Amino acid sequence: MAVPSGGFPWITLIVLLPLVGVAGILAAKEEMAKWVTFGVSSLVFLVSLPLWAMFDDATPAMQFVEKHHWIASPSINYAVGVDGISLPLVLMTTFLTPLCVLVSWTAVETRVKEFMISLLVMETATVGVFVALDFVLFYVFWETMLIPMYLLIGVWGGPNRVYAAMKFFLYTLAGSVLLLVAIIVLYVYAGERSFDVLTLSHAVYSPSLQAWVFWAFFVAFAVKVPMFPFHTWLPDAHVEAPTAGSVVLASVLLKLGTYGFLRFSLPMLPDATQRFTTVVMVLSVVAIIYGAYMAFAQADLKRLIAYSSVSHMGFVTLGIFALNAQGIEGAILQMVNHGITTGALFLCVGMIYERTHSREIVDNSGLAKPMPIYATFLVIFGLSSVGLPGMNGFVGEFFVLVGTFTWSKVAATLAALGVILAAVYILWMLQRVVYGVPAQHVASKLYDLNWREIGTLVPLVVLVFWIGLYPKPFMDVMHASVEKLIHQDVKVMLVEAEPSSFPPTPVTPDVIASAAEAETR
Amino acid sequence: MTIPLADLVVILPELIVVGAACLLLALAPITPSTKKDWLAWMSVATLVVCFIVTMNGMGERVYAFSELVVVDGYASFWKLLLYVVSGMIVLLSIGYLKEERIDLAEFYGFVLLSLTGMMIMVSGADLLVVYLGIELMSISLYVMAGFKRFEAKSMESSAKYFILGAFSSGILLYGISLIFGAAGSTRLVEIAAAVNARGLNDSLVLMALMLLIVGFGFKIAAVPFHMWTPDVYQGAPTSVTAFMAVASKAASFGAFLRVMLEGFGGVKPNWTGLILGLCILTLILGNLVAIVQTNVKRMLAYSSIAHAGYALIGVVVAGWIGTEAGASSQGVASMMLYLAIYSFMTLGAFSIVAILRRGGLEGEDLDDFTGLAKRHKVVAFVMLLFMVSLAGIPPTAGFIGKFYLFMAAVNAGLTWLAVVGLIFAAVSAFYYLRVVMVMYMREPTSDQELETRLALSPAATVVLACAVAGVVILGLYPGPLVSFTSSAALP
Repeated sequence: MAVPSGGFPWITLIVLLPLVGVAGILAAKEEMAKWVTFGVSSLVFLVSLPLWAMFDDATPAMQFVEKHHWIASPSINYAVGVDGISLPLVLMTTFLTPLCVLVSWTAVETRVKEFMISLLVMETATVGVFVALDFVLFYVFWETMLIPMYLLIGVWGGPNRVYAAMKFFLYTLAGSVLLLVAIIVLYVYAGERSFDVLTLSHAVYSPSLQAWVFWAFFVAFAVKVPMFPFHTWLPDAHVEAPTAGSVVLASVLLKLGTYGFLRFSLPMLPDATQRFTTVVMVLSVVAIIYGAYMAFAQADLKRLIAYSSVSHMGFVTLGIFALNAQGIEGAILQMVNHGITTGALFLCVGMIYERTHSREIVDNSGLAKPMPIYATFLVIFGLSSVGLPGMNGFVGEFFVLVGTFTWSKVAATLAALGVILAAVYILWMLQRVVYGVPAQHVASKLYDLNWREIGTLVPLVVLVFWIGLYPKPFMDVMHASVEKLIHQDVKVMLVEAEPSSFPPTPVTPDVIASAAEAETR
Repeated sequence: MTIPLADLVVILPELIVVGAACLLLALAPITPSTKKDWLAWMSVATLVVCFIVTMNGMGERVYAFSELVVVDGYASFWKLLLYVVSGMIVLLSIGYLKEERIDLAEFYGFVLLSLTGMMIMVSGADLLVVYLGIELMSISLYVMAGFKRFEAKSMESSAKYFILGAFSSGILLYGISLIFGAAGSTRLVEIAAAVNARGLNDSLVLMALMLLIVGFGFKIAAVPFHMWTPDVYQGAPTSVTAFMAVASKAASFGAFLRVMLEGFGGVKPNWTGLILGLCILTLILGNLVAIVQTNVKRMLAYSSIAHAGYALIGVVVAGWIGTEAGASSQGVASMMLYLAIYSFMTLGAFSIVAILRRGGLEGEDLDDFTGLAKRHKVVAFVMLLFMVSLAGIPPTAGFIGKFYLFMAAVNAGLTWLAVVGLIFAAVSAFYYLRVVMVMYMREPTSDQELETRLALSPAATVVLACAVAGVVILGLYPGPLVSFTSSAALP
């Protein structure tokens, strides 16, 4: 069931290299810290590329698997590997970390060494979560990231950073409390006496046990996503976090929750998943509309993007719990898209904040004239967030809506409403920030992007259009794994039961209509 | 009457320690004040010798003095832990006592005497022997708590500790006398036989059991017998506080569990419920009251109460009529593991308090930690490690300790207790992280920069290094300790 790493420990290298970087930073001088970090994180990205190149699309099995004993009794292993679900997320994480370093180049002035160390530890922990094939190992990485993230928000954040950091920490910690118990319960009661994720995925549990464990998992993952009504930590954390912290938070950390659903909830608890699908779908739809509605009302750019995250992550959970191939593939793609687009938007906000020291829309309006390059980037990422056809957001949302449509026409219609709302709040934001009346008191501080900043954003633009125009390489990677998840693990026959309903054409005009509306506004 | 040599060999470590203690006390007055460190190094050497002796003596269960004393893996585990802890306390005290101007050489003698008491406790196979051990430990601690003779707080601490300690010893002794009435002996083996014969509903045994639990409850500082802890811990010299919070707690747990399992193993349903109640109360009160503390030493006192609550989970599991064979011994092993890990992190945290000075005083206030990360990066990071570990967050040892405890609880069918424990672990993160917040997220004020300093003697550096190594290594590679505790656990 698992393909070994072929002798070379690629994944361990990706996980450990950032820690080597930490040692390097400790040895380096203060002003060299960012160079070391940038070098190491770029190296990690380069090392992660062969994973993609050598990845075998045809098999749903875990690949590049490494397994070493960690603790003998109970048997806990250092077991890592990737499949089509985790590979895109690993690549996204390694891709974004160097960009986080770049955007912090001048923005972080105090305690640079510690900042860079926190960033690298975050990378280790997040990649570790995506590749862990042992439940305890997963939990260790899952919790470890709390400390560096707490410090990132609390030390380098905005004026209310201490409150936001503590709120973030306690929320996510409280959420994971039940996760640990659930992991132990699965070990003890599953009959397998194993923490191996694949073994646990194949075990069969009684429906009542599944229900309990499902909700324990749900709270932990839903806090991280964050799903309505567990989202209240997110706006505070985002607003107070430094730019790199926001990017890591939005692009990587939120994905951990949805990844948890895909990796654990669905395959391990198929009966409970199907039983409670409706609840999760309703919460997702609420999150989509509520998040969009809240984003509409924000005057603070970061807060606006934070609420748009709630809305976009609602699409991801919607796609996952539609429990069909289109929905889940769309969800995974949407996870990557959200990482790229929202990460990019946070980078943009960080760049303007560095100039005007304000995140208020009124202070940052009318940027098209003084900062044309910046305005171009902002419009591109804004439209990508809206889901304009030809850009990445469209593909993901389209698949999610197709998947949702087969589950419930009402849910799909309501979710499509969220797309329209997204168009409203993003375009209104763009209208004010890019084309609005210039704010006089900041005019002197405005200067356009420098080469470092352009270099930070260009790779993201490339991805926006690549995924938007030619998503096949990304979809191919995940296809086999998602098929296996649907058919073998969750054993859902929704698509098979009604082959005639696919492709469900009625959804398409809906999305395109909304997207078209976005264009016309 | 002659004492057989074989019996003396069994208690060789105790003999060495008590001999060294007497020697130190005799040497103390005639040692010139410049050479007092030598006595500290002598006691460390004694502990090293004892460590080797105990390691070599590990093996089958051996009784001595007609079943008054027992040496088994369980006793050896506690003794080894106690040697390490005492050694670290002695090393920490070298610099600390000088800073506090209480560097009397008797101190090290009392540490060793107290240690002897603890060793007797965990090796006692007879309630009176256990009681003797408790008294020897406690009386030495009363003296040590009042070592800052010129300070009212320290005297208060000592007096409070003495009165409540004597009170609890009285209760314990009362329980012992009742069980003597029921069993006709104070030997655990015979108590077990008598208790089994009398059955679950015997009021005399129940009464004795209750009094014993109350008596031990005082020693391990379980709620509602914890009242003395905060004042005593806050008032005592910090290295003594650390010794009380770690060594005396570990030894009391060791003796408590042996008495319960080997003496009252036949009436488990009678005491698990009671201890379960204590456990939950301790978790709730310890964690909630710790939140409002602004003095780090006092916060750590409440935290040590809370951690007693976690360790009690192990005791409950050990006594729970588990669904599965081995569940009970898993509870014992997880408690041993937890207390071993607890020792390192708590000792580490107290060491930081001890080396942090503001003027001539200890930097025990939360404000004294303000902006520590800017002034002393390494020390602040080390404190962060201890706090994170105390909160039970991986990859530190604190997580491993909690993980095994909750494993044992779920395995015994006590899933809800694991949930309660974990909820309070999340609560505890709040007050531990507040220390981190103060260190990392507040700016040091200018006058504090002049005032707060570190009194980091080389020996204290070794202590911190040991504690950090314990917290990190046991967190990343707990395998050896885990297998040691599970092989040494009482069945």
